[in-house]
Amino acid sequence: MEAFTTHTGRAVPLRRSNVDTDQIIPAHWLKKVTRDGFEDGLFEAWRKDAEFVLNRPEHAGATVLVAGPDFGTGSSREHAVWALQNYGFKAVVSARFADIFRGNSLKNGLLTVVLPQETVERLWTLIEHDPTTEVTVDLLARQVRAGSITADFDLDENARQRLLEGLDDIDLTLRREADIAAYEARRPSFKPATAQV
Amino acid sequence: MGRTLAEKVWDDHVVTRAEGEPDLLYIDLHLLHEVTSPQAFDGLRKSGRKVRRLDLTLATEDHNTPTLDIDKPIADPVSRVQLETLRANCAEFGVRLHPLGDVEQGVVHVVGPQLGLTQPGTTVVCGDSHTSTHGAFGALAFGIGTSQVEHVLATQTLPMAPFKTMAVTVQGELPAGVTAKDLILAVIARIGTGGGQGHVIEYRGPAIEKLSMEARMTVCNMSIEAGARAGMIAPDETTFAYLKDRPHAPRGADWDAAVAYWRTLRTDDDAVFDREVVIDASELSPFVTWGTNPGQGAPLSAAVPDPASYTDPSERQAAERALEYMGLTVGQPLRDIRVDTVFVGSCTNGRIEDLRAAAEVLRGRSVAEGVRMLVVPGSVRVALQAMAEGLDKVFTESGAEWRHAGCSMCLGMNPDQLAPGERSASTSNRNFEGRQGKGGRTHLVSPQVAAATAVLGHLASPADLITDPALAA
Ligand code: SF4
Repeated sequence: MEAFTTHTGRAVPLRRSNVDTDQIIPAHWLKKVTRDGFEDGLFEAWRKDAEFVLNRPEHAGATVLVAGPDFGTGSSREHAVWALQNYGFKAVVSARFADIFRGNSLKNGLLTVVLPQETVERLWTLIEHDPTTEVTVDLLARQVRAGSITADFDLDENARQRLLEGLDDIDLTLRREADIAAYEARRPSFKPATAQV
Repeated sequence: MGRTLAEKVWDDHVVTRAEGEPDLLYIDLHLLHEVTSPQAFDGLRKSGRKVRRLDLTLATEDHNTPTLDIDKPIADPVSRVQLETLRANCAEFGVRLHPLGDVEQGVVHVVGPQLGLTQPGTTVVCGDSHTSTHGAFGALAFGIGTSQVEHVLATQTLPMAPFKTMAVTVQGELPAGVTAKDLILAVIARIGTGGGQGHVIEYRGPAIEKLSMEARMTVCNMSIEAGARAGMIAPDETTFAYLKDRPHAPRGADWDAAVAYWRTLRTDDDAVFDREVVIDASELSPFVTWGTNPGQGAPLSAAVPDPASYTDPSERQAAERALEYMGLTVGQPLRDIRVDTVFVGSCTNGRIEDLRAAAEVLRGRSVAEGVRMLVVPGSVRVALQAMAEGLDKVFTESGAEWRHAGCSMCLGMNPDQLAPGERSASTSNRNFEGRQGKGGRTHLVSPQVAAATAVLGHLASPADLITDPALAA
């Protein structure tokens, strides 16, 4: 996984709540068997509309998405995270993320930042007023800074360390091989097995 | 202090626990399908890893599979590649797979329970958010992303931060004609699509205890639509009776040991939930959605709500957008909404009881002129059972199409899709924009409401058929 320490870039204000993963990347894109090439599928239906905020020339090249509450609801598709990253987003800000989406994003080094809705509204106003505003998402200081706005955010310390160092979860777990084997040795015999019967 | 059901199952699966770290949880059953697994197998290959426990892993094909002409090559080349990739991966790594055409093929969340693999007190994961379905057995079952699929394949464990717990207690009794689907849609409308975020919901109370296993699966299935990580129901005699003698259920002394353990899987009387919601079942009636998220629902007898009635600005905006997308007007009675398509199927309502319920309503009646009705069994086993009971005939005689098992129009990855602007009454679980096809409009309903809607051509419940003397069978 790519490490994340701090990032500064222009932002897109997405004034929508309940942006589900079917909107982020529609199902027909899920037929791909790779982790890349999803950028054109990102918000595909909405992007057909020239006025959609992502299509606005002033937001071209933006790398921070500032969205309404309950971002990433619905399906477990990690493709939603890949699509955001393939498009160029490094961080997403919202008042609330769906759990699986959040887990997926942190596994891929896409930083999901939870800020109060009131702060999100201030960011929206600021970015809409001046689309060249640079937003800094600083994981070291756990802080978002943009114009006169400075907002602290929380992130579980363990997840933060993994992001900062870009650690591979599987490697970490495999160091626990002896513990896993010990657990397996004490699993009850009545537990189900998939071997064909 | 006592523990909740979820906490008991969690504790029994902790491999390692350390301050400041997520618990490492052991996974008893890992289900795979073609959509969320290819990149995970790729990851294994790149790092030279194997699947740690092939005997706890099972794959099915469901999302891309066609429901017509299944013996012909799959027309869509991209779908075909995805299925072929799963087949190649399962062959290379040695994973048991039920491909299209196999008697055990079907939607992953229908197949696990019917094989008896989903058992109380187990941890079940799948790269699919509706893994919550399996919680109906008192399993801790949750959807994971592809990186986690790879993690489980390689280690049979997952690092997980603990969930919070929520009780949804359903008092009283469901009135006649009100189903598990109506109940869960009403719960989601009450707590909202983010209401369960971070929580495992335990459904309990007299109305839940009365539900069949299939109805319990319908309820737990949609926990994710309330934002919850998982839904659970304490196992009881209904659960044990369902599991007894299933192909992978324990036998002999193992059965007795298992049941003895399963009986301990109840929330202690002095356990405390982080959040509690109480619902009175007797107040419920058939429930349908009018919007573009599963929380935007109302009783069938209601009218399309006025967005202005929402105090929360983002909810108001979402309602405005939804009405525009859905092509509905404020105050329009929900019963007046005409549909083009009716879909009965999915991991929410594609089991045998659901097909029986829909067939019961259709028996001796016809699907309305201009309405297309698709009946897609959740698995081949469900299809065979339905055919043994003659349900397929009931469907075809009424003018509905009887299809092959799979996810089908639940998400339209195969050719079963809505055309732009088309409107469906669907027994599936998501009414998101474009979910069933680009520009398609979805109303989530129970199988009974789906069938009555097919007959009348507008959203309706079976009671509407009886009050209409011309249609009474
Ligand atoms: S039936 Fe629908 S919800 Fe269930 S697994 Fe298939 S696509 Fe997902």
